[in-house]
Amino acid sequence: MVRSLGFGSADQTRVATAISELTRNVIQYAGEGVCIITDESNDSMNRIRVVVEDNGPGIADIDKAMMDGFSTGKSLGAGLPGTRRLAHEFEIESKPGHTKVSIVMKRRKL
Amino acid sequence: MKIPILRLKDILLTSIQMDLTDNEAIDFQEDVLRTVSETEAKGIVIDIMAMDVVDSFLARVINDIANMVSLLGTQVVVCGVQPSVALTLIEMGRDLIGIETALNLDQAIVKLQRLIEEREMRP
Repeated sequence: MVRSLGFGSADQTRVATAISELTRNVIQYAGEGVCIITDESNDSMNRIRVVVEDNGPGIADIDKAMMDGFSTGKSLGAGLPGTRRLAHEFEIESKPGHTKVSIVMKRRKL
Repeated sequence: MKIPILRLKDILLTSIQMDLTDNEAIDFQEDVLRTVSETEAKGIVIDIMAMDVVDSFLARVINDIANMVSLLGTQVVVCGVQPSVALTLIEMGRDLIGIETALNLDQAIVKLQRLIEEREMRP
């Protein structure tokens, strides 16, 4: 899908890696969740949005979770800050029972 | 599915040809360590050319495998990191830190043999 929207191989890998990071968090902390990928392209830009949501325990301290090397689980503490660096836009909201991360990749149309 | 680890004279050769689940990655880690120990291999090449996506977890597993194998006293070279994988890992701030890498299998074997020779030269 990412390729068909006109993204190159680097962006395809970025998006696939970001989804892998975000969904790993969901499986680890919430058990299950939803990942929705939307084409938001317009005349001048190719845009793809990935929203990953779960109904797990939530992230107690988002600022801390966004820091490199911080993790409450057994993972590596590179997932969220790494994903933010891969994406052009990054939003996160979390409270007990609902966590939502939304990222956007965009490229100007040739 | 188990990832084959081939023995070629005194070195081992393994190539990850599929996407790994987390558990498969951990199994592979144990498998590599056990095989290195059992065969008393002098070196191992880990080829990740077929891996289109390496996220931070897999990067750490590969990094850990290389460091663990080094700890056993065996030389290790990772090869075939895809350009877009290298780009993504560096952008994420995650590197395959401190491990020997090579562009492809050919160069990996040359490098591994040099590392083994250097180690044997040391008093």
